[in-house]
Amino acid sequence: MSGTQSLIDALHALGDEALSAVSDASGPGELETVRVRYLGRKEGRISGVLRRVGEIPAEDRPALGAEANRVKAALEEALDARAGEFAGTGSGNEAGPAAPVRDRTGSSPAGDGGQGPGTRRGVLDLTLPGRTTFPGGRHPITLVVDELWEIFRGMGFTRARGPEAETEWYNFEALNTPLDHPAADEQDTLYLKGGNLLRSHTSPVQVRVMQDHEPPIRILAPGMVYRRDTYDPTHAPAFLQLEGLVVDEGISFVDLKATLAEFARRYWGPGTQIRFRPSFFPFTEPSAEVDVKRVYTDEDGVERETDWLEIMGAGMVDPAVFEACGIDPERYTGFAFGMGPGRIGMLKYGIPDIRAFFENDVRFLSQFADR
Amino acid sequence: MNISYRWLQSLAPDLEGTPDALAERLTALGFPVEDIQRLSEGLDGIVVAKVTEVRPHPNADRLRVCQVDGGAGIVQVVCGAPNVEAGAWYPLAPVGATLPGGMQIRKAKLRGEVSEGMLCSEIELGLGRGKDGLMELRLDPADPSVQPGAPLVGTLGLDDVRLDVEVTSNRPDLLSHRGIARELAKGGDASLVEPPVPGGASQALEGGQAGEGAEGGLPAEAGPAAGGGEPGVAVRIEDLERCPRYLGLVIRGIRVGPSPAWLQARLRAVGARPINNVVDVTNYVLLETGQPLHAFDLARIGGGEIVVRRARDGETLRTLDGVERKLTPDMLAICDADTPLAVAGVMGGEASEVSAGTTDILLECALFAPGPIRATRKALGLSTDASYRFERGVDPDGLERALRRCADLVVATAGGTPEGPVLDAGAARSDRPRVPLRIPRIARLLGIPFDADQVRGLLTPLGFGVEQHDAEMLEVEVPGWRSWDVTREVDLIEEIARRHGYDRFPDALAPYRPGTVPDHPLFALEDGLRSFLSGRGLLEAQTPAFAPRGEGEVAVMNPVSAEEGWLRSALVPALLRRVEYNLARGNRDVRLFELGTVFRSSAEAGALPSERTHLALVLHGSRAPGHWTGDAGAVDAWELKGLTEAIGGLVPGDAAGGTAAHATANGHAVRPLAGGGSAPGFVAGEVFEVVDATGAVVGTGGRVDPARLDLPPWAGAVWGLEITLPVEPAPRPIPRVRSLPTHPGVERDLALLVPDPLPAAKVVALARSNGGSLLRGVEIFDVYMGKGVEPGMRSIAIRLRFRADGRSLTDTEVDGAMEQVTRALREEIGVRIRGG
Repeated sequence: MSGTQSLIDALHALGDEALSAVSDASGPGELETVRVRYLGRKEGRISGVLRRVGEIPAEDRPALGAEANRVKAALEEALDARAGEFAGTGSGNEAGPAAPVRDRTGSSPAGDGGQGPGTRRGVLDLTLPGRTTFPGGRHPITLVVDELWEIFRGMGFTRARGPEAETEWYNFEALNTPLDHPAADEQDTLYLKGGNLLRSHTSPVQVRVMQDHEPPIRILAPGMVYRRDTYDPTHAPAFLQLEGLVVDEGISFVDLKATLAEFARRYWGPGTQIRFRPSFFPFTEPSAEVDVKRVYTDEDGVERETDWLEIMGAGMVDPAVFEACGIDPERYTGFAFGMGPGRIGMLKYGIPDIRAFFENDVRFLSQFADR
Repeated sequence: MNISYRWLQSLAPDLEGTPDALAERLTALGFPVEDIQRLSEGLDGIVVAKVTEVRPHPNADRLRVCQVDGGAGIVQVVCGAPNVEAGAWYPLAPVGATLPGGMQIRKAKLRGEVSEGMLCSEIELGLGRGKDGLMELRLDPADPSVQPGAPLVGTLGLDDVRLDVEVTSNRPDLLSHRGIARELAKGGDASLVEPPVPGGASQALEGGQAGEGAEGGLPAEAGPAAGGGEPGVAVRIEDLERCPRYLGLVIRGIRVGPSPAWLQARLRAVGARPINNVVDVTNYVLLETGQPLHAFDLARIGGGEIVVRRARDGETLRTLDGVERKLTPDMLAICDADTPLAVAGVMGGEASEVSAGTTDILLECALFAPGPIRATRKALGLSTDASYRFERGVDPDGLERALRRCADLVVATAGGTPEGPVLDAGAARSDRPRVPLRIPRIARLLGIPFDADQVRGLLTPLGFGVEQHDAEMLEVEVPGWRSWDVTREVDLIEEIARRHGYDRFPDALAPYRPGTVPDHPLFALEDGLRSFLSGRGLLEAQTPAFAPRGEGEVAVMNPVSAEEGWLRSALVPALLRRVEYNLARGNRDVRLFELGTVFRSSAEAGALPSERTHLALVLHGSRAPGHWTGDAGAVDAWELKGLTEAIGGLVPGDAAGGTAAHATANGHAVRPLAGGGSAPGFVAGEVFEVVDATGAVVGTGGRVDPARLDLPPWAGAVWGLEITLPVEPAPRPIPRVRSLPTHPGVERDLALLVPDPLPAAKVVALARSNGGSLLRGVEIFDVYMGKGVEPGMRSIAIRLRFRADGRSLTDTEVDGAMEQVTRALREEIGVRIRGG
C-alpha cells in the first residue's frame, strides 16, 4: 500500500507545482509551456507518474487512475481560467502584468482554492499567527477599585469625590482630631501654603458629603491620599484609598459588621472569615481593624487558609464629627470604613513592591490587559 | 511598648495563660502584639565572665587580647570591641557554645593570638539593639550569686518573655505594666498588687508591699520626716496651666551603685539598659505605673529652690544626651534659683544628673499638660519615654503613689533617708469626672442591648465606678488613668463593646434605605474613557501628583524630595518620563493613558488650589504589533487625531460650567492651530487644539518636541494629548433613531486639483454647502501629490453621496447637483476637476 500512497503523494505534489506555475505565468505563451510540461502525452510529468503504475498492486490501480484524472481536471480548469484572464485584459503578449507582486494579505481571496505565502497545498496555513492589536487595559489598582465598587454598588452605595488639597479643618479638626493631638502626627502630612495640606486620608469626603446632603447617606469615596513617606516596598507618598460612609436613623455597630462581612464574603469568597479588633481612630467610636482569613485551594488541590490579613479600618461615626457637619447625633448614627486598593491588589496579584504601580513599565501593565 | 511577662505576673497574681494566650487576648482587646520574644532563647551556653587583664594585640590595632575568668580558669579571648575594660563583667560564649544566631564558638587564632571564646554584645545575644560594643554587666559584687561561669540567663533573670504591644495613642494608661495587667487580670484593677522587692531588706519598704494606700517609707505629707531633717529646698510653680502639680522628695545619704539583679533583670526584660540604682528605680517606676519621674543631684540645685517656669530667651541647657539645647519661652523648664536644670517632662540636664558621687537627691514626680510637651518635644526633636507619656496624658491621681513607690525602691536599693515633708506645689484634682450613660443609647449605637448589671460587670474591673440613677440612666465615675480618653457617653459605649468582645456581635444584614447622594458623574465618564482607550490598545498608567520645579504652580512646603516639590499642573510631563523609562528598558511600543488630578494655584490668598481632572495619553512605536503579512507603520498624526476625535465624542458638556450652553455642549472637536502655529512642548505645525462645543479650548495634542525627551537614538516620534474633563459631566443626550433609507442612493467621485495652501476641510465644506438637499455626505478618499500633478497643487479625491427619501434618483437630478458643486469649487476657491 505504501507504494500506492507514495505515487498518489507524488501526483498531488506535481499538481500543486503545476497550479502555482499557472498562476505565475505572465502570458498565454508561458501558459502553453506549462500545459505541455505537465499534461503532455509523451514528456508530460503527470503521464510520467502514470507510467509507474506497474509498481503497485493491481487492485490499487483504478484508484490511482481516478486520482490522476482529478488532478488533471483541476489543472485544465486552472489553465482555461488563466487563459481567459489574459484574453480579457487584451494583453496578447508576454509582457502582461509586471513581475508577481508580493501578496500583502498573505492569502488569496476566499474560495479560489488558496494561493500565496499564507497557503499550503492550496489551503490556508492556519498555524501561522493571526493579526493582533496592542494589549490595552486598566491599571491594576483601577481593576481593584472597580471590583470593590461593583460589590458596594450592589449594596446600594453611590460614589462621591472631594478635593485632594484640603484645609486642616476638613482633614483633622472636623474629624475630631485636634491639631495638637498625637493622632494628627501619626499621618505625616504634606503641607501647602497658607496652612492647607494634601489630604492624608479620604475621610474629608465624609465631612463634605454630610455638609451637603441629608441622610440617608450611603457613599463610597475612592481617591488619592498623600503622606510624607519615602518610597519603599510598602510605602509611597501618594496612594489610593477607598472610603465608605453610611448615615441613617438606626444604623448600629451590628450593621457595620454585617455590611463589611458581606462585602468580604462577596469579594474573597463565601468561606472567608472576618475578624473585628478594637482600634482607635479619632473620627469613629467604637473603632475597629478588620482582618480577613481567606480560604483557597493550592496547586495540589488542598484547601488552605491564609493568615489573618489586615485589610481595613472602620467604626461608628463619632458624634463630634456629626456635630461638625451639622448632623444631629441624637437622631442619626452611622459608620465609616477605609481601605487601600493598592494593598488589596498587592495581596491579590502577588505584587511584592508598591513601586511597580508607579513605574508603569508596559511589561508590568500589560499583564493586567484586557481584563 | 515592651512588656515583661514575669513583671505582669508579679502585678496580677490571678493572671492566667501563657505569653501566647495573653498576646491573643491583648490583640482581641485592641492592642496587637507585634512580637513575642523568649529572652533566654539560645543563651543556654552563655556565662557571666570577668575580664582580668586587657592588653593590645601585637599584630592588630583594633583588637585587644583579654584574660577572662569564665569560671573554668582563666582563658585568653581576642576581642574587637572598643569598650572592653579590665575588672568589668561581660557575657562570655565559651568554646563549644552556640550564639542565638547559630554561630558556634571554636578555639581560634586571630592574627597569631589564641582566642578561646567570645565576649558578646547585646545584638549578638539577641537582647536588643544596644549601643556598639560589648554588653556591660553592671553586677552587684556584693551579690553572692555573681560568680564567673554562672549562667547568664540565671544571673540576669532572663527567664522571661518580652511582648511588644502596640498601644493606640488614646490609651496612655497602657504605657505601663500596671495598665496592661489591669486589662488582663481576671479580677481587674482591684486584684492588682504592688510587687514586693525581692530580697528587699530595707525597713523603708516594709509597708510598701501592702499595696494601695500604704505609705511605706514615705513620710506623711504634713508629718515629720523619717530622718527628721529639713528638705532644704522649696518648690514653686509659675505656670500652673502647664504644670498643675509638682511633688518633690529629698532623700539624703544614698550610695549610688549598680542596681540589684532583680531590678536589672526587669529593665533588661523590656530592653532598657541599667545605669545605676537611682536612675534604674525611676525608670522602673515609670514602666510599672506609667508616671515619669526624675532624680536631681540635690547638691546641684542652686539657691535652695525649684522653680517651674517658662524658659527665658537665650537660656540653654545641656541635656542628658550631651546635646546643648537652646530653650525658648514656649518651653517649660525646671529651674533652680538661677538656671534651667531640666526641660520639663522631656529630659533632665547633664549638670544635675545623679552620678557616682551623688549622696543627696531630689525626686521629682509631676504632672505636665500634654499639648505644650508635644510642642516642646517637636521643637527640640527629642522624644523620650517621659515626653511620650506626658503628651498622651498621665494619671493625675497617681502622683503620690508613684512617688512613694519610687522612694521605697530608692531606699531599698541605694539606702538613704527621706527628709522633710513631701514638697507639694499646685493642687490635686478635687473630684473624679462623672459621665452620664443612657442605657437605651447603648443598644442604639451597638445594635444589641446591655442592661445595668452587664455594664457594671464590664466596666468595674477597669476601675470605673458605675452608679444607677433610674431604669435608663447610669452615671459612671472615671478613674484618673482613663480621664484622658473617657470623657463622653460614647467613650463608655465603646468600652462596653470592647470588653464585651467585637467578635460576639452578630453580623446579620438588615434592609437599608437608599442614599440621597447621586453617583458623581465624573466616575462614569472616567470609566467610559478607560474602556474606550483600553480597547484601543492603551494601558492605564498612574503617576504620583508630585512634580519637579517648572511643572507646577502649587508648592509643597515639606516635600519628600526636591524632585517632588510641586503639584503637577499637567499629566503629560510625567507620562513622557514613563515613555523614557520604558524606552530605556527596550519597550519600543509605549501607549499609555492616565486620568488624574492637576492643581493650579488659586488667585485668592490662602484659598485651596483649583483642581481639575485631566485625561492624557502618550504614544510611541508602531500602530499595531508586527505581523508576517507586513507592518502597520509608526504612530502618526492621523492615529492621534482619530483617537482624539473619538475621545471628544465621549466627553459631554459640563453641568458645572455655569450656563446651559456648557451643559449641552456635547462632543469636542479637533482644531489645527491657526497658521500651523505652535504650542509649548510640541513641534510647530504638528499640534492641534481640542475645543468643546462652546468653542472653549480644553486640550492640546500633537507631536512632542524631541528636545523635551531623553530617548535612545532608535526612538521615533512621540505623540501626546492632554484634555481637561468637565467638573461635572452633563448627561449625554439619548440618541433618537433615524429610519433607514428605502431606496438606494447614488455615489459620484471627483478628482480635484486643489491649490496647495487650501485646507482639505474647506473643499469638503464648500462641496457640502453647494450640493443641494439631496447630497447626504462628502468624504475624502484619496490625497496625492507628485507625478502627474502639477507643482503647487494637491490632488484630492472626494466621494459625494446623493439620496432622496422614498424614491429613486434620476441622473438629471444628480448631474445638476454635481454641476453646482464643481462650479462653486472652481469659481469660489479655484479648484479644478483633474483631467477635466
